Amino acid sequence: MQPFTSVTGIAVPLLQDDINTDQIAPVQMARALKPDYADLLFKRTRTRPDGSPDPDFPLNRPQFRNPAILVTGRNFGCGSSREAAVWGMLAVGIRAIVARSFADIYRENCLQNGLLPVELAPEVAADFERRVIAADGRAHFTVDLREQRIIGPGGPDIAFQIPPADRMRLLEGLDDIGLTLKHAEEIAAWEQRMARQAPWMQTARDRRRAPGESA
Amino acid sequence: MGRTLFDKIWDAHRVATRADGRDLIYMDRHVLHELHAPHAFECLERAGRRVRRPDLTFSVQDHTVATRPGRTDTTNPDGGDFLRAMREGSRRHGIRLFDIDDPEQGICHVVAPELGMVLPGATHAVPDSHACSVGGLGALGYGCGTSELEHVLATQVMALKRPKRMRIRLEGRLGPHVTAKDVALRIIAELGVAGGRGYAVEYAGAVVRNMPIEGRLTLCNLTIEMGARTGIVAPDETTFDWLAGRPWAPQGAEWDAALAGWRTLRSDDDAPFDTDVEIDCTALEPQVTWGTDPSQVIGISGRVPDPGGADPSHRAGMERALAYMGLKPGVPLAGLAIDRAFIGSCTNNRLSDLEAAAAVVRGRRVAPGVKAMVIPGSQTVKRQAEARGLHQVFESAGFLWGEPGCSMCAGSNGDRGEPGERCISTTNRNFEHRQGTRVRTHLASPATVAAAAVAGRIVDVRQLVGVTV
Repeated sequence: MQPFTSVTGIAVPLLQDDINTDQIAPVQMARALKPDYADLLFKRTRTRPDGSPDPDFPLNRPQFRNPAILVTGRNFGCGSSREAAVWGMLAVGIRAIVARSFADIYRENCLQNGLLPVELAPEVAADFERRVIAADGRAHFTVDLREQRIIGPGGPDIAFQIPPADRMRLLEGLDDIGLTLKHAEEIAAWEQRMARQAPWMQTARDRRRAPGESA
Repeated sequence: MGRTLFDKIWDAHRVATRADGRDLIYMDRHVLHELHAPHAFECLERAGRRVRRPDLTFSVQDHTVATRPGRTDTTNPDGGDFLRAMREGSRRHGIRLFDIDDPEQGICHVVAPELGMVLPGATHAVPDSHACSVGGLGALGYGCGTSELEHVLATQVMALKRPKRMRIRLEGRLGPHVTAKDVALRIIAELGVAGGRGYAVEYAGAVVRNMPIEGRLTLCNLTIEMGARTGIVAPDETTFDWLAGRPWAPQGAEWDAALAGWRTLRSDDDAPFDTDVEIDCTALEPQVTWGTDPSQVIGISGRVPDPGGADPSHRAGMERALAYMGLKPGVPLAGLAIDRAFIGSCTNNRLSDLEAAAAVVRGRRVAPGVKAMVIPGSQTVKRQAEARGLHQVFESAGFLWGEPGCSMCAGSNGDRGEPGERCISTTNRNFEHRQGTRVRTHLASPATVAAAAVAGRIVDVRQLVGVTV
């Protein structure tokens, strides 16, 4: 996984609550095994019914063409668990999302891909949102994970909290599967114990058929 | 201090705690679908890893399959690549596949419970947010994205942080034609779409104890719509009766041994919950959503709320929802004309759902101009429904009766509404464009959707069938 230390660039405000993954990655519009994730990002919202870009949508406005930080409201990424809603962010260069809160699965998908999810308390978030709107893409913000700070125009640095384990995982770009495989022996031991205690949990088969008989 | 049911299952499946503090929770069953698994197979192979337990992993084709009778891989042109990639990936890794022509194919969240593949006290991973459905059997379902799916393939565990615990006690008694779907929508209205964030939910109380298993599956299915990743009902005799004799369930001495363990699966009386909520369901009406998230819901006799009177933080969202839905504050939902009615999805297409809808439809016809469709949850449900003649009830009334799949819930298989249509639907998400570009979705129970289909407008099913309330 790509490590994350800090990102500096344009912060784009998308100040709505409960933005769901159908909105972020409307996969119904490009049903393919490997769609163009950048093109898919907010495609429905970015596009007017006639297919032309909606000039009012923040990500279409010239000053936000190359965003690095997305700033949004409560419960960002609710709905479907689709990871395309994270891959699309990375595909357009967004490396950090600053939100009032994240949906549980979306936040996990961010951590899995080196996309930094920053949660700010409402009063801190409100102030930061005002600064992002005032900057209007003309000045850069920095989200620094090492220092756990947001730095930018219009006010003092903003400290943010993130669980130390999540921070370490992002800073080091750790391979999550690799971390777990350090416990391969314990997994095997658990399986052996369960196979004795509750063998029906360690075998899954259609009992209308003899073991080994294919369906 | 006692432990909650959630903690008992969690602790029993905790293999280790990683250096980063995450618990490795063993996944007894892992069920995949074709939208996300092919990508994970590829990543796994690129990393030179193998599927640790192909014998505990199952593949199901459900999201992109066409529902038209006589379907093939290419009936939905966008689906073929997914179906083939799933077939080839499952073969490469030795995973049992429920393919489009399998006599037990269906939606993953319908197939696993009905076969007895998932059991009380088990853990269950699916790369789909509605994995929580299996909580209805007393199992712990965890939905996930593609990376975590690959993680489970490689390790058979998920690396999770222990969530907080919430109990929702549902008290009272449900009136006629008021169902688990109505209860679930009411809960989401009360708690909000983020009310369950960070929690594992246990549903308890008289309403749950009296609820049949298929209702409990519906109730737990909608847990993710209030933001909680998993929800569970303690298994009881209703659960064990429902599971006994299912083809994949243990039998004989193994069944007896399993049953003895399952009977201990309940929260201790003094178990601590971080949040405890009680909802009295006695006066609950059939619920219908008016907006574009599942918390924007009212009883059938209610009127669309006025954003002007709402919490300021919700006002903008409500105004957007009203504009999308083409509704004005203060209007009743009852009487609103519909273009389309859909009965299906992992939320509401099990046999009892179809029976509830058929009971309303029998002897009636779909209103002129309304397009109505019933998609059973699985081939098993379809066979059982046909054995009872339900397909004739629906077809003679003017419904289309199709082959199992996610269909108009996920919008991934070509089944969708036309722009601007108003659709009443038994599914789980009324998000903008979910059922087609500019389609306006109203979520409701199978009985309420059936009633609207025959009336041509949203109605109180109890009035349509002449029940006194």
